Amino acid sequence: MDNSSTIQKPFPGQVHPTAGGGVLISKLDDVINWARSNSLWPLVFGTSCCAIEMMSTAGAKYDWSRFGFEVARATPRQADVIIIAGTIVNKMAPVLKRLYDQMADPKYVIAMGACATSGGPFFYNTYSVVKGADHVIPVDVYVAGCPPRPEALLHALITLQEKIKSGGKRERIDIDGNKLGKAD
Amino acid sequence: MYRETEILQEPDPALEGAGDMVINVGPQHPSTHGVLHLVITLNGETIKKVEPHLGYIHRSIEKMCESLSFRQFIYSTSRMDYLSSHINNHGCCLCVEKGLQVEIPARAQTIRVLMDELTRIASHVLWWGAMAMDVGALTPFFHAFREREMINDIMEETCGARLTMNYMVPGGVMFDLHPNFIRRVKEFIVHFRSKLPEYDELVTNNIIFQNRTRGVGRISREDAISFGCTGPTARGSGISCDIRKIYPYELYQKLQFEEIIEHGTDCYSRYMVRIKELHQSLSIIEQLIDNIPEGEFQAKTKAVLKLPKGEFYSRVETARGEFGVYIVSEGGTTPYRIKFRSPGFSNLSALDHMCRGQKIGDMIAIMGSLDLVIPDIDR
Amino acid sequence: MTNEELKTQLSIIHTSLTFEEGGEWINAVVPATEWKALALHLRRHGSFLFDYLFCLTCVDWKSHLTMVYHLTSTTARHSLVVKAKLDRNRPEIPTVADIWRTAEFHEREVFELFGVNFTGHPDLRLLILPDGWEGRFPMRKDYDDPINMIKL
Repeated sequence: MDNSSTIQKPFPGQVHPTAGGGVLISKLDDVINWARSNSLWPLVFGTSCCAIEMMSTAGAKYDWSRFGFEVARATPRQADVIIIAGTIVNKMAPVLKRLYDQMADPKYVIAMGACATSGGPFFYNTYSVVKGADHVIPVDVYVAGCPPRPEALLHALITLQEKIKSGGKRERIDIDGNKLGKAD
Repeated sequence: MYRETEILQEPDPALEGAGDMVINVGPQHPSTHGVLHLVITLNGETIKKVEPHLGYIHRSIEKMCESLSFRQFIYSTSRMDYLSSHINNHGCCLCVEKGLQVEIPARAQTIRVLMDELTRIASHVLWWGAMAMDVGALTPFFHAFREREMINDIMEETCGARLTMNYMVPGGVMFDLHPNFIRRVKEFIVHFRSKLPEYDELVTNNIIFQNRTRGVGRISREDAISFGCTGPTARGSGISCDIRKIYPYELYQKLQFEEIIEHGTDCYSRYMVRIKELHQSLSIIEQLIDNIPEGEFQAKTKAVLKLPKGEFYSRVETARGEFGVYIVSEGGTTPYRIKFRSPGFSNLSALDHMCRGQKIGDMIAIMGSLDLVIPDIDR
Repeated sequence: MTNEELKTQLSIIHTSLTFEEGGEWINAVVPATEWKALALHLRRHGSFLFDYLFCLTCVDWKSHLTMVYHLTSTTARHSLVVKAKLDRNRPEIPTVADIWRTAEFHEREVFELFGVNFTGHPDLRLLILPDGWEGRFPMRKDYDDPINMIKL
């Protein structure tokens, strides 16, 4: 477990060998973050083309369940991370906000694709597109691409895992959109 | 946002019942193919009325295209029906070429038809996986993505992208074929032919699947024409409407393939139409892959295109039906008005008719057999 | 039937039709009030049998609106384009949703994007725009929205 030659970040903590095995000493925060980051359950939320690349990432070639994202839940009550795959339009924005509010803390958001990051190819001369999902909910990780390759989405998921493990904080908003203060 | 359905405001005596329940399906739901919001009036489990509420992915593409040039607007159609992105782009290019009166070299035509048929196979295979997942079988989804990944890799070598391949230009195609293309397509054909009997064994001849789709979601021939259904949805009801046969474009006149028509009018017939179309697409690719002519891959056109004043309409057969592009041009460098006639819009309007009197589980199977892609409908 | 035969047959039946030139199909221009009678005739009459309405749209020429209907026949395989000019301030035209059921959705879309009133439509409401967009017709050429529409 204390193997510094592997690529994976090791389990946080130090092993002290004692008679009859070993003792693992760690901080509770680190252990909780490690557990959370390795079992993020995504919400099934794909609006347009990026949803197909998200499904490809869930497929057998670029498997995301290697990283713990096995169980994609349909209901926001049981999901940890919402991957906004696709364009958000004015009619869909309240739905997205409602889904986000229904998720339980700690929750994370990945904005996948150019449309969710900033409006994408629909930025100019459209009357109905929200120019970026972060006008609606706070976003943790942005992925560029139209659509991003499955490897790019996997990189974003791993980046999110690193962010959680390092204890990165992000602002919280309440149900009316008021900022509350940093949370993990 | 969640509009009340009309039933609640003015109770219709024909539909009134003591046990009527109005529920929402979507817009976020694992079985809708995109964001579709259905407001269903149920009596127990029997459906009385289905009302689709659209617009959750309305990106005002038609308005946006009025400010894009004739070379730029083509790629916004890739994002509409993203599973047949090559075919949509092809339709736009045909419309622009009709206006410019430019002739496409033979090599470009062959490449275009090859890409179209590969896209059709990729789209039908994903539809197959998604429909099986809707009905309850999870394994075919992964099988489908395995085939799709092979096609995506072939596309990526030549076109540069996996899903929204911006490859067709007015005049031909953007790049020439990659040297590996022919070899990889031949390997794909061999691999795919060996998998088609596996698909039949897994889903088509499965007794559970047959019980869920036989006799479900009937629409008669006259109703399908009246609702404007096209593509496999209409061909499952006995209408001969394949644009590749009736109004052929590019090389389709010279190719040997059959138009698949079934007369069952139910979900199972629509399913069988698409499965048999996979065989036909494979045979088209086999006819072309050894006979790609040498020559130019792009006809010479000006850098800035200007269509003459007038109106142009062109149609292609996507995996879902007839995709029409109607351009009104005033002689400038941008179109004055573009209308995209999307196949899903008309197919969806028949959903209410097909679902009356069925159970709610049947409605999921019917939606799967219609093969809806909602961004195509909302544009 | 070929285009010339269609043209002669149509002129016999409806004398108030004018024809526009250009395009691969006949463009027949009909006054808005006579559209319903012509549509019924096109649907039912033995020599026409236009049973398939495949495109219904509206074009905003700045002085007036024009409704465009593309029809074809699945049996006789001929096609036709019918246009109707509408007054910009009060655009009204009878519905054809009872003749071709595909028009139900198409006419709702034209209603919300251009503001054309289809008299006799069973259910004329917003289809793809969000609630609260009644009265705003985004596809018209004079639609101005400086907040949402960022000009390049």
